[in-house]
Amino acid sequence: MTPNDYEFLRKLLKDRSGLMLSADKQYLVESRLLPVARKAGLSTLTELAQKLRAPNAEKLIVDVVEAMTTNESFFFRDKLPFEHFQNFIMPALLATRANQKRIRIWCAAASTGQEPYSLAMVLKEMSRQTEGFRIEIIATDLSTEVLEKAKAGIYSQFEVQRGLPVQLLIKNFSQVGEMWQIAPDLRAMVQYRPLNLLRDFSSLGMMDVIFCRNVLIYFDQATKIDVINRMSRLMAPDGFLTLGAAETVVGLTDSFKAVTGRRGIYSPNSAASGPAGGVLKFTHPPIAAGMR
Amino acid sequence: MKTCLVVDDSSVIRKVARRILEGFDFQIMEAEDGEQALESCQKLLPDAILLDWNMPKMDGYDFLKALRRLPGGDRPKVVFCTTENDVAHIARALHAGANEYIMKPFDKDIVEAKFQEVGLI
Repeated sequence: MTPNDYEFLRKLLKDRSGLMLSADKQYLVESRLLPVARKAGLSTLTELAQKLRAPNAEKLIVDVVEAMTTNESFFFRDKLPFEHFQNFIMPALLATRANQKRIRIWCAAASTGQEPYSLAMVLKEMSRQTEGFRIEIIATDLSTEVLEKAKAGIYSQFEVQRGLPVQLLIKNFSQVGEMWQIAPDLRAMVQYRPLNLLRDFSSLGMMDVIFCRNVLIYFDQATKIDVINRMSRLMAPDGFLTLGAAETVVGLTDSFKAVTGRRGIYSPNSAASGPAGGVLKFTHPPIAAGMR
Repeated sequence: MKTCLVVDDSSVIRKVARRILEGFDFQIMEAEDGEQALESCQKLLPDAILLDWNMPKMDGYDFLKALRRLPGGDRPKVVFCTTENDVAHIARALHAGANEYIMKPFDKDIVEAKFQEVGLI
């Protein structure tokens, strides 16, 4: 791959997915895109770059973006965010939503479904407390391919052993040959939709909880700020944003503030204002256009 | 330093498990079957036991039941590590007092995840 080809691919990925690749990530591009090239009948990445520059390359561009943005995921990844969800976020929302009895949760980078299904399993464990509530989990991802896998909810033996306690495995999964499929009641709790965070996502409607973990790290500063600020406009004033362990809003925007003593959890900053800040345009609960 | 007894009739599996667990600062002891493991536990109870199911002399399931009857035998965290990869075996193991369950083949990430799950790492 020539330096020119690498620059072309970097720009393409930045424009299409927000993915920022530093100059030293050539090995990553090669390892992820060579299989895409071969699948398209091409033998080198230079040929792939040529094909991507040509007209009518949209399908191939989607394949490239999906190959580069598909990231490994596992159940209850990092554990702590799910403990916060169960012990802090949900109790707070169950109290504040006692009348309207409705809670909306958005997994903004659902990948192959482990994160939304982990949340669904937590909610199932809390079924006594959540009785009478309508709880929606909306799970989105850029890649339609990973969303198909997520919808099927079928995982390998390796996948179900990383992060998932064995008690939850036998309670919530059934064996399908050598694979494991998540139970129908948990699958029914999650709605999957393709969504590019770089584009307008306001049609998702108001959210009480947003899990946006391990995505922002791939974006440049301006994109991070833009995505976070647009999320703040969807967020209920007393909602919660959960970011990945290596991510923060601090120093980027004042639209959210860190929740004291709850690492990785942020709440809308009602003091923020102006186009760059968290403008809370809605009062809760409007039923926004585009909601099912 | 925490101790872990690796119980498996395969010397290759014991070696692989030893290498992984020493990487997490465990002091490793080994046993080839349930009988050897029980003798070892009667002398000194480890913090953790990585336990195969099918072994000659005494299998992992019978060993686990015998272990839990020993004085202090409820203390070691027992993680099954076996090719018995079906729900019925997993349920039996948990009922007999296993804390976690690894389905072979396994790798370092799985061992780490399961040992973390039961508070050993």
